[in-house]
Amino acid sequence: MGMPVSGVPTETPRSPAAQVPAGHALARIGRAIRSNHKATTGTILLVIFILIALFPGVIAHASPTQDAYPPRLGPSSAHLLGTNAYGQDLFAQVIWGTRNVLIIAFVVGLATTGIAVLIGIAAAYLGGLWDGSLSVLTDVLLVIPLFPLLIVIAAYAHGASTVVLIAAITVTSWSYTARQLRVQALTLRNRDFLAAARVRGERSLYVIVMEVIPTMTSLIVASFLTNALYAVLLASSLQFIGLGDPNVISWGTMLYWAENNEALQTGQYLWAVAPGVCIAALGTAFALLNYAFDEIGNPALRPVRRSKRVRSA
Amino acid sequence: MRYALRRLGFFVLTLWVALTLNFLLPRLMPGNPALAMMSKFHGELGPHELNALETLFGVNAHQSLLSQYFGYLHDVFTGNFGISLSEYPASVTSVIGSAIWWTVGLVGITTVLAFLLGTGLGIVSAWRRGGKVDSIVPPVFVITSAIPYFWVAMVLVLIFGITLHWFPSQGGYYVTTDTPGLNLTFFQDVVNHAFLPAMALLITTIGTWILTMRNTMITTLAEDYVRMARAKGLPGWRIMLDYAARNAILPNLVGFAMSLGFVVSGAILVEYVFNYPGVGYMLLQAVSGEDFPLMQALFLLITVAVLLAILAADILTALLDPRTRAAR
Repeated sequence: MGMPVSGVPTETPRSPAAQVPAGHALARIGRAIRSNHKATTGTILLVIFILIALFPGVIAHASPTQDAYPPRLGPSSAHLLGTNAYGQDLFAQVIWGTRNVLIIAFVVGLATTGIAVLIGIAAAYLGGLWDGSLSVLTDVLLVIPLFPLLIVIAAYAHGASTVVLIAAITVTSWSYTARQLRVQALTLRNRDFLAAARVRGERSLYVIVMEVIPTMTSLIVASFLTNALYAVLLASSLQFIGLGDPNVISWGTMLYWAENNEALQTGQYLWAVAPGVCIAALGTAFALLNYAFDEIGNPALRPVRRSKRVRSA
Repeated sequence: MRYALRRLGFFVLTLWVALTLNFLLPRLMPGNPALAMMSKFHGELGPHELNALETLFGVNAHQSLLSQYFGYLHDVFTGNFGISLSEYPASVTSVIGSAIWWTVGLVGITTVLAFLLGTGLGIVSAWRRGGKVDSIVPPVFVITSAIPYFWVAMVLVLIFGITLHWFPSQGGYYVTTDTPGLNLTFFQDVVNHAFLPAMALLITTIGTWILTMRNTMITTLAEDYVRMARAKGLPGWRIMLDYAARNAILPNLVGFAMSLGFVVSGAILVEYVFNYPGVGYMLLQAVSGEDFPLMQALFLLITVAVLLAILAADILTALLDPRTRAAR
């Protein structure tokens, strides 16, 4: 939906300093998460959401679907967020809704990043006709407006189940990452360690998987985080406008029902506010982590201490 | 010149892909969705319209797929998008004509504002790195980039529309008390109604401008020519604007048009929340009313608008950046 956090697609490759062997990179990522405040906050938020998604029943005792309670209750100890117009417990819905959103975020994040890695790096490494055709495919998909396309697909599918939602978002939204990875991989093409691998007579697949991909770990992780964030936003938006499965318990469908029942106009604010805050919090977790990885991968963006800087004017 | 031609070629190619997608999607979907639509409107349509729909969506078609395809392309290029089912018997083209200006006005003004404000804040943020603006803007952006467009819109409706009653939060003007026309009251009415939707779009899109500008300018500030300018003793604002910002603005200019695609998706959701009578709201109305001819035409319209903007950005880049002209 929106633009990736790092801004418009640029052809500027990340600094070569970011390219380190895989083992080191993973260790560095671990260290970086502990030392970078943004990364720490993001990780803690994300872990909380994952725990909620894994064990919703432990936290919310009420059923999210049962409309057994009096409608439009305010917050109380029995119903932390009150109930909605159908007499469903809003707290239980928010808690149980976490699972659907997280599944979409992780599956789409992994799938889009996987496709992008394959296509982007293959294009850069194989070059020639491969590069030409894969790049055109990537660029075409990049400029066709994604959200209207998803709306059209979901409309023809008569409301998208979670599986259709995941498939549609994945197929349409890998191109930005593929392009970024291609540019990054192009800067590697003439490096000595790849020349060495070629001289050793390694096959292309081996070189791509064992030599090229490990050097780009931090960019790939950052891409996964961006893609997961946009999966959350896109899926919630589609569910909100009623193009998801309205019977699924998720934050997006909660907002759909809230809008349909004019929750804001009738004073049931929590119905619309609570799921929105959750989406924003989960999104922030991904965005914070992504931002932190940007700083790890591109040292120029790290915050500077004022005293160390040569001040101008 | 060669660069411009290449971009033009790419534009034509993308346009063709979008047209073909539009043609293939209903045919690829399991259980042709057009069938359901047609059975829904069966009683209201004459045999002639039904026949036209059948050709449009490839139901009961006796033609081959290829001749259907060429028929479709012919229709599109002659501006024949069929009959709108929800506004029957108005043609799709006439229905869209009424909505388009609302969106152009709203999205156009908001995008220009977001670009100017965002670029300005980005410049200040990079120039006074670690200063007030720089310590507030990026963290705030992290959060705004993670909030769905429609939810920002809903919160604005709640605060300024329902609680404070400062601005109207539904529609494009007071349909019951105001008649469209070229007079001051109507103009004020339109501006009043556009304020909250515009704010929603501005809040969600401005961050990208700020951050792109800031990050590019941090790079240019480290260049030798900036150090040179400092050594010459030029005033700070000249270094900031003429040396650093001028060379950093290119990605933002390119992004200006690229972002239209994202602004469009934002606009669809914002228009939906505010019942704003633009193209996005109409698209969602067409979807919920299963008015597939209208939906197809709107999708094409939005796509063409975005592609044209990108083409314009490409040409602008070629004009502004000598490096692209030199490259082959």
